[in-house]
Amino acid sequence: MENNIIHVENLTKKFKDFTAVNNISFEVKEGEIFAFLGPNGAGKTTTIKILTTLLDATSGKIQVNSFNVENQKDNVRHSFGIVFQDPSLDDELTAYENMEFHAVIYNVPKNIRKERIEYLLKFIGLWERKDDLVKKFSGGMKRRLEIARGLIHHPKILFLDEPTLGLDPQTRNHIWEYIQKLNKEENMTIFFTTHYMEEADRVATRIAIIDKGKIIGNGTSGELKKKTKTKTLEESFLKLTGREIREEESSSIEVMRRNRRMWRR
Amino acid sequence: MGVVYALWLRQVKRYLRSKSRIVGSIAQPLLFLIAFGFGFGAIYQAAGGGSYIEFLAPGIIAMSVLFTAMFTGIEVIWDRQFGFLKETLVAPVSRFKIMTGRTLGGATVSIFQGVIVFLISLLIGLKVNNWLMLPVAFLFMVFIGVLFTALGTAIASRLEDMQAFPLIMNFLIMPIFFLSGALFPLTNLPAPIEFITKINPLTYAVDGLRGALTGVSQFGFLLDFSVVFIVTAILFVIGSYLFSKIQL
Repeated sequence: MENNIIHVENLTKKFKDFTAVNNISFEVKEGEIFAFLGPNGAGKTTTIKILTTLLDATSGKIQVNSFNVENQKDNVRHSFGIVFQDPSLDDELTAYENMEFHAVIYNVPKNIRKERIEYLLKFIGLWERKDDLVKKFSGGMKRRLEIARGLIHHPKILFLDEPTLGLDPQTRNHIWEYIQKLNKEENMTIFFTTHYMEEADRVATRIAIIDKGKIIGNGTSGELKKKTKTKTLEESFLKLTGREIREEESSSIEVMRRNRRMWRR
Repeated sequence: MGVVYALWLRQVKRYLRSKSRIVGSIAQPLLFLIAFGFGFGAIYQAAGGGSYIEFLAPGIIAMSVLFTAMFTGIEVIWDRQFGFLKETLVAPVSRFKIMTGRTLGGATVSIFQGVIVFLISLLIGLKVNNWLMLPVAFLFMVFIGVLFTALGTAIASRLEDMQAFPLIMNFLIMPIFFLSGALFPLTNLPAPIEFITKINPLTYAVDGLRGALTGVSQFGFLLDFSVVFIVTAILFVIGSYLFSKIQL
């Protein structure tokens, strides 16, 4: 138990009569790069939201960095950084201001703040654009900025919900190299979701596969392939989850997000 | 303090950068001042009420603070929609600080708005009775700003999207404004209307503001101040509580 930085026991999350996550249990060891895979609507994002205190679980025992997510929220929040699946930047602020805001609310000391923001902005190739409003950025640029922002405060655990979605291979590799470096040098635990199986295969030390709210596979890439008698992770993923295409119901927020132009002032 | 300041600064920057919003929210009070002020001025004077512009201006100042504050509070929904709310809610910062920063930001922006309308009113014909009372007028603006930013935040915390916004506008903000004594004196009113005006916190804020600017107050500063202070405190607590309960 000692070196399990994330501990999930019998987690269930229900939305009215829909069970998004159904009695799952798993552990993530400190210093691991843990991939959480599953088709659309499998319960990945819901699980991440619960681990990061954005949602309360219906039942179950969940500990992050040995703090309880139910009643030690602030301690839990101190422990992690997160890159969300969908945008969470302030469009009306500049790239630099977004970074600075994050550094301030995460209490990064002033002298480290400037230096680290500069380093990260240069790292993602947006230093020249630091004073531009984020609303002028392309999708890929926003994504990079979002990842850089999640790294400012060097958290113990980094949650990445489909971090490389929509990025070109160059940027993807570049970012993974940096994340792996952080993982090694700072012993930062990485918890990520992705739809790119070869990415998970390449970087993850351990993989869990979730489908329809249940965990249906858990182990190293090698173990999963062996268990399913397949050659690639993609094949074992498809063998475990089936080939049927999933529908994800969109919430009213997503509908609004789609209509965002209408609301632009 | 750093966190509260960062949130405050964000609100202020957003406001100053959206030129259309500034223009729009000055145009409306200006229209009210001109249309009502000059439209009803003659009748008001004939009825023995004195200068209507002087009566009206504090009401319109209060209106512009009210609208801007309410709107800034409701911006929580926008933040939810654009995802920025998540960024603040996963941070290791107490919800109370977030609420405080947001509310102070909203209040600052709305007071700024109120001050602009005050300056316009001076040009149109408002005569300040006693310039030494200006800080008191400012204080009432601060209260209106904080009170309605908190109310807007409280409401927005319970809403997922903007669909309910027209409802809030028509059934809450407009009645609060129209039935507050901002536009007409609260005398000789039918009992139900009088009752509503008496339980409307804006009534006391407008009365306090008018008292400070023109020297004519219906309820007296003590009552005005007490009511507005207590309601602001209560709404701030309710707003903080509902905000802390947001689930994403």
